[in-house]
Amino acid sequence: MAEYAVELRNVSKFFGSVAAVRNVTLGIREGEFFSLLGPSGCGKTTTLRLIAGFELPTAGEVYIGGELQGDTPPYRRPVNTVFQNYALFPHMTVYENVAFGLRMRRLPENEIRRQVHEALEMVRLSGLERRRPRELSGGQQQRVALARALVNRPRVLLLDEPLGALDQKLRRAMQLELKNLQQQVGITFIYVTHDQEEAMTMSDRIAVMDQGAILQVGTPAEIYECPASRFVADFIGETNLLEGKVVEVWDHHALVLVDGARMVCGAVPEGVRVGQRVTVAIRPERISLHAQPPGPLAIPGIVRDVVYTGADIRYMVRMADRVTVLVRSPNTGNGSTPHFLRNETVYLSWRPESARLLVA
Amino acid sequence: MKLPNKARAGNRSRRASGLLRHGLTAHGVLCYVFLYLPILVLVAFSFNASRYSGLWRGFTLQWYEALFSNAALGAALRTSLVVALASTAISTVLGTAVALGLERFAFRFRPLMDVLLYLPIIIPDIAMAVMLLLFFVLTRVPLGVGTIVVSHVAFNVSYVALVVRARLAYFDISLEEAAQDLYADEWQTFRRVTLPLLMPGILGGALLAFTLSLDDFVIAFFVSGPGATTLPLRVYSMIKLGVTPEINALSSLMLLASIGLIALSGALSRR
Amino acid sequence: MAQPLRTRRDLLRLLILISPSLLWLVIFFLLPLLLVFAISFGQRGTYGGVQWTPTLANYARLLDPLYLRIFLRTLFIAGTATVLCALIGYPMAFFIATRPARWRNAFLLLLVIPFWTNFLVRMYAWLFLLRDNGPINVLWTEGIHAAVAWLAAAIPAPFWEPLLQATSTPLRLFGTDGAVIVGLVYAWLPDMVLPCYAAVERLDPRLVEAAQDLYATRVRAFLRVVLPLTRSGLITGSVLVFVPCVGAYVTPDLLGGARTVMIGNVIYSQFMMARDYPFGSALSFVLMALMLVATVAYFRLGGEGGRGRG
Repeated sequence: MAEYAVELRNVSKFFGSVAAVRNVTLGIREGEFFSLLGPSGCGKTTTLRLIAGFELPTAGEVYIGGELQGDTPPYRRPVNTVFQNYALFPHMTVYENVAFGLRMRRLPENEIRRQVHEALEMVRLSGLERRRPRELSGGQQQRVALARALVNRPRVLLLDEPLGALDQKLRRAMQLELKNLQQQVGITFIYVTHDQEEAMTMSDRIAVMDQGAILQVGTPAEIYECPASRFVADFIGETNLLEGKVVEVWDHHALVLVDGARMVCGAVPEGVRVGQRVTVAIRPERISLHAQPPGPLAIPGIVRDVVYTGADIRYMVRMADRVTVLVRSPNTGNGSTPHFLRNETVYLSWRPESARLLVA
Repeated sequence: MKLPNKARAGNRSRRASGLLRHGLTAHGVLCYVFLYLPILVLVAFSFNASRYSGLWRGFTLQWYEALFSNAALGAALRTSLVVALASTAISTVLGTAVALGLERFAFRFRPLMDVLLYLPIIIPDIAMAVMLLLFFVLTRVPLGVGTIVVSHVAFNVSYVALVVRARLAYFDISLEEAAQDLYADEWQTFRRVTLPLLMPGILGGALLAFTLSLDDFVIAFFVSGPGATTLPLRVYSMIKLGVTPEINALSSLMLLASIGLIALSGALSRR
Repeated sequence: MAQPLRTRRDLLRLLILISPSLLWLVIFFLLPLLLVFAISFGQRGTYGGVQWTPTLANYARLLDPLYLRIFLRTLFIAGTATVLCALIGYPMAFFIATRPARWRNAFLLLLVIPFWTNFLVRMYAWLFLLRDNGPINVLWTEGIHAAVAWLAAAIPAPFWEPLLQATSTPLRLFGTDGAVIVGLVYAWLPDMVLPCYAAVERLDPRLVEAAQDLYATRVRAFLRVVLPLTRSGLITGSVLVFVPCVGAYVTPDLLGGARTVMIGNVIYSQFMMARDYPFGSALSFVLMALMLVATVAYFRLGGEGGRGRG
């Protein structure tokens, strides 16, 4: 068995002179739920289409199951796709839609019937075989698209923003359902989305893309905890990004001067020198607020705004002259976290490891 | 003092707008009378017992009977149907193919091809008739049913392409990708997905081609030669010989046939 | 939708799709077109054939007052028909657009039914109506005449005599410019109404209200807001009517009698009677040039290509 279900080696795709995908190298493991995450136009859909065979790479190689694809047409690739707007055949019934792939592979009719019923049962659509796609709700159409792809037992299932057209509540439900389904069938899923929360919820690993390039690949926790760049830190979750200058470096730690305040950073990459301009990234929920300075490193500030969102309370705290940071403190309701008012003076503190030093 | 002024103006404008509305309605009704009165009079007089007068002399079906015993007319109808069916079949295949080619691929000479395809639609039919006649005479192609069919295809390709392209513009390309993703090769994708979804457009184009072919008089008049007489040619020579109630009866039947074609196209476009 | 040719296979596919039509149009349209152009510079042979000695004589002959008059008459008839179509069709578009939504399609259908009817049949209907012993003249010489005679007997007055005289002979309707114009308007009116309707339907009624709200009078709201916004439909309709009217052959042939002759009829007689192919070709070419001028003017005036036949 090949090491990777899908592997891209130095793949680039140009449309005219515009690069949609730049020099992407990526390995997706067998049985993995893998997400391509990025803003619209970042090249994630093009990457998926390169794997499906709808586009051919300008440079580089695509391997599926260890086999080089070259200019293999889509209908000879062991992958199936769930399209963004489902692309269900409007002139066919649900049954005919799901049976389409099996018919094209000339399976015997009774075998087709058995497999189609099984697939429809799996997505809980039994009894709707004779409906036309336009007679179904959005959620049902989505399930038909899923059954139509999965019934072929592809080596890899490609999903292009499959939940994009559904409303928020249905989306949440389908996320969990998809994840369960993937574990049940054990097929490799490659999932394209621009919704970071969705990617975090479902994926084993995520590749964050921007402007055609892959910026970071890792598990949701790795990407959230250890963003490799400003873009990743900013795109995944909320982050305070503070510009500063390195004053001192010691043993994976650094002291950074930000707007007159001194901050200790824990996770400092190799090669950071004193005097370098860097960005300090701190998640808002990792900062705690105090009425009295808890230690010598606490930074004073003034509360500029308080927003109550239910699950937590969000403070905008102005440090020194220019820099404002966002602080999120959980609304525990047991009095363990103090509440502050507008214009109150507070002290900010965090564990050094929570302040990440980013060079890019 | 502003208020009463404005109120009076409002009254006046309401009266004017009522006048405008009634005027518009009267105009619309008159227009439809203008469109339908000649046809209705024509049909009514096909049942008139008098042969020559524009005066009503009682109801009769004799002119319809006369039509059905007119062998030359039957032959002309057969020729017309042969020409229409043949030119429709050829132009539907050619027009659909060229529409697919032009909508699916971008290439350098596409604008030129667009112009070549649109010219037969905007050129006056008398000019087209003259061109084709000269061409057939100088290349010594014998005039007849064949030359009519060839000439009809030359303009019908453009009409079919026009209708099919309009349908293709709304075609969701991801449906074809979905088919290919599901192991259908190019031909199967075309057979199972593209063609069935395009069918209403193709049938609409074919129906238009069929109607235009049946309708054409001028081009057939020039390129038919002595042997081939289509229905419009026959009708024309009958009119030239003098107005008779038989022509009224024939016109009424042709009217009925075209209403049937409209109903058919309506049923097609609803699919 | 349209993608560039990426592989040799794409090119092959494109060729298979377009070359049959391309060949057909090149052989049976483009070649004949070039042939007409070439022959228009030739000379009539002794027995009706074509002599290939290049000359401009055929075009010079067009300047003969006889043909100039026919050209002017053709333009006058086509122009009048177009203006009448606009005057009738533009308000008609508003009439249809202001009907309740569920009736609108029925009115549009009623508009296009005559359109699908055989052209000869439609022209014959007018020939039948307008001829000397047709229904209109029967009404005139029998009905109106009898009514005038009855009135004359009831109320004696000197002015009945000329009226009795007038109604005793049929009206001269058939074989006039007027008959040809009526036939052309009847034939092409839907071509004017449909694009106008498309433009009117796109018009946002709130714009008119906004204009009136800004103290525009009814007339000024129409001239400043409605007309400019529906202009494209009017222009498209005018081209769609004018071009076939200039090239009309059947209508003047059937309704114009021997007296009203348009370019189309001259082309016909040059080819089928006089057998002067070169001169007929020159006439055809000038006709196509007129059509081209109208089409180019159309794009200059900012009409919308392709949206014409709604």
